[in-house]
Amino acid sequence: MAYVAVKGGEQAILNTHKLISETRRGNPDLAELSLAQISEQFGLAVDRVMTEGSVYDRELAALALKQAQGDAIEAIFLLRAYRTTLPRVAVSEPIDTSKMAIRRRISATFKDIPGGQVLGPTYDYTHRLLDFALAAEGLERPQAELAAEPLDETVPRVIDLLNSEGLIEEEIDENDGEVFDLTREPTTFPARRDQRLQNLARGDEGFVLGLAYSTTRGYGGAHPFVGELRLGEVAVEIVPEELGFPITIADVTVTECQMINQFRGSADKPPQFTRGYGLTFGHNERKAMAMSLVDRAMRARELGEDVRYPAQDAEFVLSHTDNVEGNGFVTHFKLPHYVDFQAELQLVRQLRAEHEERRRKATGSEQAKEAAE
Amino acid sequence: MMAFKTETDAEQRATSRRADWFGILSRSHAGELDALAADAADGVAFEWLRRPHVGLVMVRGRAGGTGQVFNLGEMTVARASVRLADGTVGHGYVQSRDKRQAELAAIVDALLLQEHRHDEIMAKVIEPLRQKEQTRRIEKSRKAASTKVEFFTMVRGENPA
Repeated sequence: MAYVAVKGGEQAILNTHKLISETRRGNPDLAELSLAQISEQFGLAVDRVMTEGSVYDRELAALALKQAQGDAIEAIFLLRAYRTTLPRVAVSEPIDTSKMAIRRRISATFKDIPGGQVLGPTYDYTHRLLDFALAAEGLERPQAELAAEPLDETVPRVIDLLNSEGLIEEEIDENDGEVFDLTREPTTFPARRDQRLQNLARGDEGFVLGLAYSTTRGYGGAHPFVGELRLGEVAVEIVPEELGFPITIADVTVTECQMINQFRGSADKPPQFTRGYGLTFGHNERKAMAMSLVDRAMRARELGEDVRYPAQDAEFVLSHTDNVEGNGFVTHFKLPHYVDFQAELQLVRQLRAEHEERRRKATGSEQAKEAAE
Repeated sequence: MMAFKTETDAEQRATSRRADWFGILSRSHAGELDALAADAADGVAFEWLRRPHVGLVMVRGRAGGTGQVFNLGEMTVARASVRLADGTVGHGYVQSRDKRQAELAAIVDALLLQEHRHDEIMAKVIEPLRQKEQTRRIEKSRKAASTKVEFFTMVRGENPA
């Protein structure tokens, strides 16, 4: 199956560009959205586009959303396309999330944790009733309270509390120095965890969420607990070659989820909790949690579990997470397939003719038989 | 890893001071850096070693925060390098895509390396930027701290007397 190049229609295409521009703008009597307004007031949409578009830049993500009329997947596509025009100047040192400037940090496994539970900005405790006060313009909105003291400058990882007893597996860096980069090398199987995590981080939120959901509904045997979910700013460090020492070049907002899962143990391993990890740009809890569940599910093979369900099948998952690829393939079917279809049409006509021929012959010989009898 | 040259304590201190001001400059808000540094940078004669341009840095994370390193996604940076008339070389790296900010950061870095300008530039540019950053960070943290909770576990079937 393939689509073919067609000629003609230039004027129609130029006109559709004009029409989409006007459609995007909407009623010109209303004020046009600025990028700053999108970035500030549609912050979570911007965060999703940055994460799956795989470029941390609020203004670019806001522009992509404006251009795509708020269509997240189209915006992600635009951002991915833009990133290919920029040179890569460096690769960062791994970010240290234990040094995060915390804005939200909760644990579902321990009530009393050093540093405390910090709800931060969340919709968790809202009633999910439409707030018609927001429909009114020019009203004063509630302002955040200021506690007398800031939080501790660094807050320990909750998960380390279990580590001291050896009840949970430790995450040890077993890299051989090579870090897989799917923007530079083709996906290969079996995929190591670095490849899987990069893929999931860029993966479609809805797809990853659906897979994560499946693991908790009997298609993956997950019994998860959120060890810790944290949101805040972390420093990004690089070692520029002209300097030779690490410098901080940015603070980026990230969401991190440490998911705890059970493990029965084996002949040589005592029972222990296992882990799944989720990390996203911006504030993206649903994605970070879903990512950590699917990360854990895809570790089935290395933990000696049976691979029976879709979320455990790395080849299935990693091949279908990317919404730019998925969108490209699924929606390309609307492009001209005229020649292709003509060929299929001919084939079907021929098959039908042959079918008819066979049927006629069969009935012919039936009749001959009957006549003979 | 083998160290090819041993840094003296003085060199190490100089490196860590420079890394510190790089961190302040890279995370400054463009408008604030411009307001504080434009005067000092104005009229400084320099040549470009690297014209301001925008690029990407691949940001890495670790599985579980401590484990296997993986590529999370890229971020935009603007950078520039300058050489002053006396040969001092300054570099600028800033978050996002503001080339003017990268240029200013590179000039300020070079000025800070000049002994006779160092203290003045620290006082006029770096310390005020540090102060602003600190104020913002503490305010954010105090807002978060106002949402700190104590959860109480309810014991089922137990009536308070």
